[in-house]
Amino acid sequence: MAVIIEPRYSEAIHPLHALLLAGIIPLFLGPALSDAAYASTYEIQWNNFASWLIVGGLIFSGIALVFAIVDLCRAHRRARGIGLYVVILLLTWVLGFFNALMHARDAWASMPTGLVLSIIVAVLACVAAWFGFCTPAIRRTR
Amino acid sequence: MKRTGLLLSLTLSALLAGFAGGDVKSAQYGAEPELPKPERGLMPDMVIAEPAQWGDRLPTVPQGYTISAIAKDLKIPRQTLVLPNGDILVAEGRGGSAPNLKPKDVIAGYIKAKGTSSVKGGNRLTLLRDADGDGVYELATVFADKLNAPYGLAFADGKLYVANQDALLRFDYQDGQTQASGAPQKVADLPSAINHHWTKSLAISDDGQTLYVGIGSNSNITERGMTAEVDRALVWQVEADTGLHKPYATGLRNPTALAIQPGTGQLWAVVNERDEIGPDLVPDYLTAVREGGFYGWPYSYWGQNVDERAQPQDPEKVASAIKPDYSLGSHVAALGVAFSDSKMGPEFADGVFVGEHGSWNRKDPVGYKVVFVPFKDGRPAGPPVDFVAGFRDSDGTTRGRPVGVTVDPRGALIIADDLSNTIWRVVPAAAKP
Repeated sequence: MAVIIEPRYSEAIHPLHALLLAGIIPLFLGPALSDAAYASTYEIQWNNFASWLIVGGLIFSGIALVFAIVDLCRAHRRARGIGLYVVILLLTWVLGFFNALMHARDAWASMPTGLVLSIIVAVLACVAAWFGFCTPAIRRTR
Repeated sequence: MKRTGLLLSLTLSALLAGFAGGDVKSAQYGAEPELPKPERGLMPDMVIAEPAQWGDRLPTVPQGYTISAIAKDLKIPRQTLVLPNGDILVAEGRGGSAPNLKPKDVIAGYIKAKGTSSVKGGNRLTLLRDADGDGVYELATVFADKLNAPYGLAFADGKLYVANQDALLRFDYQDGQTQASGAPQKVADLPSAINHHWTKSLAISDDGQTLYVGIGSNSNITERGMTAEVDRALVWQVEADTGLHKPYATGLRNPTALAIQPGTGQLWAVVNERDEIGPDLVPDYLTAVREGGFYGWPYSYWGQNVDERAQPQDPEKVASAIKPDYSLGSHVAALGVAFSDSKMGPEFADGVFVGEHGSWNRKDPVGYKVVFVPFKDGRPAGPPVDFVAGFRDSDGTTRGRPVGVTVDPRGALIIADDLSNTIWRVVPAAAKP
């Protein structure tokens, strides 16, 4: 009887890559929530939290981006759909960087653009992670 | 990631510092300065002074005046005081304990520190004496030490007052003393939590009964939260005998120097206004301080121009905000003010001298000089005149940064320079040097 092995976890994505990629979700979701809290309370500490979380998100997504680009450049790791993943992750990082600069503005100057950017980046981070984990080409053949 | 920002701004600074110019538009001086709309790019403009040695060079002064360094190698001189016998006291120190709250604070703090002295603050008062009146201050000795970032100095009635960054102190003083006879008495504690703007400026009424203490805000524009701004951005009135105090005027973002107008007893201040809303906002100013007056910070600037960065807003406060008397230009960083004297020569007899530390938040740097604002009938009249310049070259090379200015009634202007750690003395050449 033929046995089809369907791995629970992907093999095409390096564990560190996976760890960083998963990490960007809370790191970029946090600023969106913090900004929302700042916008509704004017409590400045939320704005500080958002600033640091964005930097964390940029570091994680930046390194993940390097992994993704390396994968993209190596034929045997170039899984189907990886191009889209790289593009979305790159977009996440670039918008995240603009968001970091936006959050470097003093007090309310970061609002409301900062909140809007934070939400967009949080959504993009989720999409990037989704595509990142989807790309492994090991699938059940029908 | 933010490193990129740092590199970019440094490159930007290097590029932009190449351009000369660097003067405030003339429309920014006086009672009705032109105020453009607030603007802010992705990154704030940062052009930082590049410290250099004076060598044989001297600051430039108007024809008919001479300048000399009367003390060097001090430990960050800020403000000076001329005692009745002509001795000069110099407050030396560096204060502030504001923590970095955002990644931006870390980066901006690193960049700004490049434009200041690397010497450790002295936390002391140095006394300078020219016993034979030849213009050479042959004695330089420590009058008092173990202070905590002393800044404002005032003298009246045999009492010397020193504003540390956390307390107002009093020394008993006898004419001719070169060293304090004992530890100072504390007159009052001063607000010192965080101390983002740590300098405590000081002036005393002619009768020696009332002190005025300038206390700066704890942020640029409330980015440390409104709770950090309790007892900040105001001038305190302090009773000399008891230390009892009350706010005298509020909404003054950073009143870095105070002076009493001779003859009238009116309190005047120079105030540093907010950054990061454009090269021509917000003008630093010189103003007579009205008792009970509110001058706008943080809700508005120059009267009723609302600053949206301060939230929640307070329309009633905005409506009550007083327009200051005289714009010195945006970002010049006025840190010293002194009323002149007829001994300073006819052209500079009626008016105030203002020490301008110089900008960081402007592509074309401004300040880095001492200006003279002419007065007529007790009010500013006419544009400021450069009195001492040559501190900074158009390529960014900066040899000095003026802070406190003091008029010696015998006919000299004393300038503290906290970059080259020098005290400068300007005298009319006609007078004995």
